[in-house]
Amino acid sequence: MSLGHSAASSPYLAHHFEDLEQQKTSAVLGMWLFLVTEIMFFGGLFAAYAVYRTLYPGPFHAGSHLLDVRLGGLNTGILIFSSFTMALAVHSAQLGKRRLLILFLTLTMTLGCAFFVVKGIEWHHKYVEHHIPGPNFHFDGMQDPKLVQLFFVLYFSMTGLHALHVLLGIGAMLWLVVLAMRKKFSKEWYTPVELVGLYWHFVDIVWIYLFPLLYLLGRH
Amino acid sequence: MSTDHVETSASIVSVSRHEHDIDTSNYLKAGYTLKSWLLTVDHKRIALLYLFGVTFFFIIGGILAFLIRLELVTPKGDLVSSDTYNRLFTQHGIIMIFLFLVPAIPGVFGNFLIPLMIGARDLAFPRINLASWYMYMAGALLTVVSMAMGGVDTGWTFYTPYSTTFSNGAVVTAGLGIFIIGFSSVFTGLNFAVTIHKMRAPGMTWFRLPLFVWAHYATSLIMLLGTPVLAITILLVAVERIWKVGLFDPSLGGDPILFQHLFWFYSHPAVYIMILPAMGVMSELFSTFSKKPVFGYEFIAMSSLAIAIVGFFVWGHHMLVSGQSEFAGLIFSALSFLVAIPSAVKVFNWTATLYKGSISFSTPMIYAFGFIGLFAIGGLTGLFLACLGMDYHVHDTYFVVAHFHYVMVGATIMGFLGALHYWWPKMTGKMYPEGWGQLAAIVIFLGFNFTFFPQFLLGYLGMPRHYHEYVPEFQILHILSSAGAMILGIGYLMPFTYLAYSVFYGKKAPANPWGATGLEWRTPSPPPVHNFDSIPTVDSKPYDYRTIREELSHVARA
Repeated sequence: MSLGHSAASSPYLAHHFEDLEQQKTSAVLGMWLFLVTEIMFFGGLFAAYAVYRTLYPGPFHAGSHLLDVRLGGLNTGILIFSSFTMALAVHSAQLGKRRLLILFLTLTMTLGCAFFVVKGIEWHHKYVEHHIPGPNFHFDGMQDPKLVQLFFVLYFSMTGLHALHVLLGIGAMLWLVVLAMRKKFSKEWYTPVELVGLYWHFVDIVWIYLFPLLYLLGRH
Repeated sequence: MSTDHVETSASIVSVSRHEHDIDTSNYLKAGYTLKSWLLTVDHKRIALLYLFGVTFFFIIGGILAFLIRLELVTPKGDLVSSDTYNRLFTQHGIIMIFLFLVPAIPGVFGNFLIPLMIGARDLAFPRINLASWYMYMAGALLTVVSMAMGGVDTGWTFYTPYSTTFSNGAVVTAGLGIFIIGFSSVFTGLNFAVTIHKMRAPGMTWFRLPLFVWAHYATSLIMLLGTPVLAITILLVAVERIWKVGLFDPSLGGDPILFQHLFWFYSHPAVYIMILPAMGVMSELFSTFSKKPVFGYEFIAMSSLAIAIVGFFVWGHHMLVSGQSEFAGLIFSALSFLVAIPSAVKVFNWTATLYKGSISFSTPMIYAFGFIGLFAIGGLTGLFLACLGMDYHVHDTYFVVAHFHYVMVGATIMGFLGALHYWWPKMTGKMYPEGWGQLAAIVIFLGFNFTFFPQFLLGYLGMPRHYHEYVPEFQILHILSSAGAMILGIGYLMPFTYLAYSVFYGKKAPANPWGATGLEWRTPSPPPVHNFDSIPTVDSKPYDYRTIREELSHVARA
């Protein structure tokens, strides 16, 4: 009972919630619902991919073979590892270990930036090789260049939208680091860390689907 | 767990948050500055911001409709050019759908009432709620700006490849506006869903929720699952238009039918985003004004969910003549018939609620009866259109125009105005003039039918939609429709006038002027800033008129 009372008058409690538990579960449910909308958002692109890949399997294989599977694989590794460091960050927040929280957040952000660097190198290769859709697009091969270009339109749309999400995630973590440095978090309140954690894992999972769909076509 | 404890801690919180000298006993008097409105996080004030927004854009959309009907009085295209006419009906559609029908009832009444109805102090995320309104306004203004930039001539559906390759309008600007409004819609739905899950007062179980809340819960699910698909579709149209790469362009290997699938995956369920909240309003109105619990409460609650779910599997009926496979057409036709079942469950249950009820023909109830009439005609003609054979005949004619105006405009407007009158005393603390209210409701109902019924005949006789010139044989029906539109316009102007009048000179409203059930009527009119002094405990079923009657007679004695 006394525990309940101290929670009710906590400085972290917004006026319209009864207790911290209600406040936290609301925020977490909100984040999960947001991720559901994100799945539907990416879902439209995945649906377009599915339709065109079924219509044009040959050109999609040809397009896929122009991607650098080693760089894609490297990025996959980077993101999976960053999910691990993110989980450690949330764990540190739960234990109220501020320094560790800042360390793991910074590590996750660094990995996010590394992902960007690798992605940038890949996109630059595409530019040099005239694989960016548009008037300069060029493809020599058996397949219809128009349809190979369609593969690249989807490749850039999907990885571009994903990269935008990575960027937003890095921004959110930067904000968390500032809050953590100002000692805003405690064992009883670290909801933003948990929410950004959920988001980051989602961004990671999207990549886990993008990688095989775009890079590994016909490589079995 | 003693309830005393909860009450004490709650009152400590509300006191500590308001050390300044502001009147927290009335949300309208809690601040008079522009800032106190534009930076408010009170769901009731945000509801009024939405009321301002949707009314403003409704007027713009209405003026466009007026110009369209004026042009159609004569068979020749003599008022505007074909090109301008295309822009007129496109902008009318975009504004009325995305800026009025989708946000109107959830934005205004969902915002105002959901926390009150479930016994909460606010929505779960008040700041996100305010941000939703700003996103709505920003997107809406951008859409209006696109009109000033020359407008869009694609129709509100943005069909490819016309919209991506050939149209010379401000497609990207208008699309960006809709994209931003979509975010507003998503966050409103998210806020409602979390609030209904997590913020219900003690004892407010799922099956004690007012049906208005159930309807909004179902609406939220559609907003969450549908809107993002529209967002990505618009984004892809923008990508194709800006960078001239083929995603939907058939000459570059794209598939325009894919665009239609993605578009209608949202835009058909969007019809239920518009009408489900209106249905929620109806459940409240029929119960209150016949003084009876809603007949078959559980069935109405579940039919809202059924509409939300089945509504996601019928989109292909917009594409029966698009070139999708005959088999797909058959399936979508059958599924479209299925969605009529939960809709009919609602209509039958409302009419059964009237049985042996003590019915009063107050203004909101006239709107409720109007809803049944318009929804029945709109819904049943929807079944005509879901038939493969019939749809081949009337596709892209005024029959379709009449159908969707009946079902999504007529029904939603009836819901919106019914709700506006019913909860007006609660929102403003003032009563509206009843006689004027009843008159306006009847004028609007008659004007609506006068406008759109002739369009069924026009469509059946072969008048195609989107044309501003037509053969002289159709003129009489078009004149009827335009005359009806004038009556409808006058009908809409009446509530503007007397409701504004009532804010200043209206009679003071009691807490519960209708003898209605529901927690919102247990707060003063208008409610205090934090809704409830102490969070109420619910211990009875909804629509319990016996208890409320006893309480009211008790109040009258004291």
